[in-house]
Amino acid sequence: MGDYAYAAPATVDSTVELLSSSANSGTRTQVLAGGTDVLVQMRSTDRGARLIVDIKQLAETNVLSVGEDEIYIGAAIPSAILNENAELKGLLPGLIESADLIGSTQIQGRASIGGNLCNSSPAGDTIPALIANSAVCHIVGADGERDVPVEDFVTGVGTNCMAPHEFLLGLRVPTPKGNTGDAYLRFIPRTEMDIAVAGAGVRLTLDDSGACTAARVGIGAVAPTALVVSEAADALIGTQVDDDALNAAADACSAAASPISDKRGTVEYRIKVVGVLCKRAGAIARDRAKA
Amino acid sequence: MAEAVDLKAIGTRPVRPDGVEKVTGRANFGADLNLPGMLHGKILRSPHAHARIKSVDLSGALAMDGVLAAVSGKDIPGGGDLGDNVLAKDKALYHGHAVAAVAARSAYIAELALDEIKVEYEVLNPVMSIDDAIADGATLVNESLHTNGDTSQPASNIAAITKFERGDVDQGFADADVVVEGEYRVPTAHQGYIEPHACTATINEEGKATVWCCTQGQFDVRSMTANCLNKQVSDIRVIPSEIGGGFGGKTTIYLEPVAVKLSEISGRPVKMVMSREEVFRATGPTSATLCRAKVGAKKDGTITAATAWLAYEAGAFAGAPVGPGCMSVLAPYDLENFRIEGHDVLVTKPKVAAYRAPGAPQSMHAMECAIDELARKLDMDPIDLRLKNAADEGTVAPYGPQFPAIGLRACLEAAKVHPNYTTPPAEGQGRGVAVGFWFNIGMQSSAEIRIAENGAVTIMEGSPDIGGSRASMCLMAAETLGIPYENINAHVGDTEATGYCNTTGGSRTTFATGMAVIEACEDIIAQCKERAALTWELDVDQVDWEDGQAIPKPGVNADVKPLSLADIARSAGRTGGPLLGRASLNAQGPGASFSVNWTDVEVDRETGKVDVKAFTGVQDAGRAIHPSYVEGQMQGGAVQGLGWALNEEYIYDADGVMENAGFLDYRVPVTSDMPMIDTQIVEVPNPSHPYGVRGVGETPIVAPLAATSNAVRDALGFRINDLPLSPPRVLAAIDENE
Repeated sequence: MGDYAYAAPATVDSTVELLSSSANSGTRTQVLAGGTDVLVQMRSTDRGARLIVDIKQLAETNVLSVGEDEIYIGAAIPSAILNENAELKGLLPGLIESADLIGSTQIQGRASIGGNLCNSSPAGDTIPALIANSAVCHIVGADGERDVPVEDFVTGVGTNCMAPHEFLLGLRVPTPKGNTGDAYLRFIPRTEMDIAVAGAGVRLTLDDSGACTAARVGIGAVAPTALVVSEAADALIGTQVDDDALNAAADACSAAASPISDKRGTVEYRIKVVGVLCKRAGAIARDRAKA
Repeated sequence: MAEAVDLKAIGTRPVRPDGVEKVTGRANFGADLNLPGMLHGKILRSPHAHARIKSVDLSGALAMDGVLAAVSGKDIPGGGDLGDNVLAKDKALYHGHAVAAVAARSAYIAELALDEIKVEYEVLNPVMSIDDAIADGATLVNESLHTNGDTSQPASNIAAITKFERGDVDQGFADADVVVEGEYRVPTAHQGYIEPHACTATINEEGKATVWCCTQGQFDVRSMTANCLNKQVSDIRVIPSEIGGGFGGKTTIYLEPVAVKLSEISGRPVKMVMSREEVFRATGPTSATLCRAKVGAKKDGTITAATAWLAYEAGAFAGAPVGPGCMSVLAPYDLENFRIEGHDVLVTKPKVAAYRAPGAPQSMHAMECAIDELARKLDMDPIDLRLKNAADEGTVAPYGPQFPAIGLRACLEAAKVHPNYTTPPAEGQGRGVAVGFWFNIGMQSSAEIRIAENGAVTIMEGSPDIGGSRASMCLMAAETLGIPYENINAHVGDTEATGYCNTTGGSRTTFATGMAVIEACEDIIAQCKERAALTWELDVDQVDWEDGQAIPKPGVNADVKPLSLADIARSAGRTGGPLLGRASLNAQGPGASFSVNWTDVEVDRETGKVDVKAFTGVQDAGRAIHPSYVEGQMQGGAVQGLGWALNEEYIYDADGVMENAGFLDYRVPVTSDMPMIDTQIVEVPNPSHPYGVRGVGETPIVAPLAATSNAVRDALGFRINDLPLSPPRVLAAIDENE
């Protein structure tokens, strides 16, 4: 591991100031919340010197609130906290399950949804679930605060829309209303401790007859970034979310996927399996919406 | 011996002597030693799978502040292939092959210094598979290698061809009512020990070196390091640390001669620790294989002929475990007609190292899959088919010797009535059966028994403990001496502290070093009887040893109180000095261990994922000294075999670069992937061991490959011949068959 400096500013303003001055001086800087990606990268693939700016001690990154219209999840809140929050698990079981897939139980003491998003991996498990839930990224920087829809946040493999002077404060998720359910499923060759070969998140709202009135589908690990698949959502809206509708949504996900062949799976495999996951996650979301 | 005896200690399940230190983190492993003034060594590795090394320029690294030594291939003058593997000379033979090394004041400086070493390569074509290696006009890994050393033939990538043959194979197949044959591939797999290779070395001004390292054999580290450096074994002391897994992979050396050389140049101790990536790229693994199996049988199941054509990747240097692969492939069967042909094939991958029953899992995967197909064609229960043809006492093994008492039939019979077998697999699941075998080895061991003034017993032996062997030594000593297990401690000595022991491998330690411990205890008993006789003024043949004390023999008229080991130890100064027992031997008759395994699986037909729902292992242990550790070996071996069957493989790109050099993408099973591994120990005592011990550590990895493959065949209704049965391979096969 190379030489590095570490700072843990006390306020959002001083964090932004430090990020700005580092950017201006050309200092390589990396924001750290739980560090479960950053520290691993520093020990393996990316060993150069840098300034680490810790944000997990900021009050603003640790806000967790459930409002009538919006659930706010601070960027540094560890998965372990979310996993044990019964209210959140009741409202957003799919999103919380996706957070429960980041690393092992021990790692989840630090790993956060915010970090998972900012790491901006194509295979990040929370990203399709956030997309399905229409999450919005709450960003702060030298120019003030701004909100970015989560599907526009990640711009490529390991890159996102934030400027060097910006960092993620938290995520806004619309509070589910009526008969709404979400689900996220990923495929890994093992049962845990692995990276998604493909992933699919689905959120559905049903009317009293069981017909789908709103749907959103996000898929991961099958393109440079996680994708919104509006064709899959369209295939579900207006249906009873039966097998035919789910198969149509699955086909839409397979059609939207543009994966690569690598050590984790082939193009053909990922295209097929992302559809299977959409179908299965859709059925779970439907059952949750009815429950 | 091995007669039924009333055992008190053997067969119990006490806590292991090394357990507390390991679970509290106090135990010292290979990377835990630090010395004053110590430097950190790092290896520069070849970025090419196959390249001629035209020049190595160390000057840039040596010019750096904080760099105190640098070496390249010419600094490792001896050791033959081993030395060339430790540091490449003329050619880099696999991606990750060590080419040069530096020692610096910090590990980070050493890493930066590697960037300043200039190596000029002429890149050559990689040779990454058996098919490529044996094709006409193949690129040669070693231009001066000729098959079986026959220089009248052109150079070849096939280092050796081995043949075993008996009877008339053609007639045997002609006599068969049913014949099956198939071609099976098993991928390169790594031992996957948790602890990366690590050592610290220091050498003094007299040229005497001391090496601390994690190894399965300190004496082999000593001789191998000496050979590489053209030194004498007496110039090197090797101190083994606790070991975080070896599975055969720590029976050779990688770092030690380099660390000694860097220490010699710098005048400082040098520590070298591999990263996980280095472990994958440059150590282990075991052979990828291409095996063809053919079996013919009568309608009643009698096998009339069998053939096996085996090709094993050796990696960059000759020496694949194809010999043991040949010896194992048909060992479970009593056959009149067979032909086995094995090929040791060079490819531009890391030089293979031993891995738990080296060679047997691959060849037996092929044959046990073929036997499964035969059972299907004959509509016979797979255990019945094997019982019909099982090797037994008196059978002449395909590799030559006549089996003494062996436990294959007992294992098959135990499996047949096991509730996990008599209960059919759940709806939608498939079940597969296979048998496993390992011949085990004996070889040289030494042991010393030292008795403290209070009668406490110290065992000093030289076999690094990779599977709970110290507990087994203590139990055998407790049994022999007739004293409590808790009064005994066992230590693995360094090369200067204990007598010579061959490396821990071949499942030899509990058998062979155990035998030395038993004989050393018998030496102590003889001495104690002499001391008692002296004390009692009796003849030594009037004294018995029973339940840990000397007593007069029945009928001897002596009004004396029994003398315990503690009593005799306390007064040893008056009866001839300290009590020290010793034994050294070359153990014969290790006794083969057979197993029967069956796997129940469920296959997700939409994702191709294979879930192992149940697994049962039945194995002959001869005598289970510590049943929990025998079961642990059976479970650990099963999990390694299941991992190899399901997901473990080296994935290479077109340039011969391994793409999954880490535990994230080299997928050993995690705990939640595995069901409870059920075990049943069968005990058919080994007639060559005082307590009937057979080695048990290696057999468990052999059968899970075929058992799982056969289970997937059962679940899917068609066979996938190649491993691993990873989701993409299984889903593609399902799509093809639908």
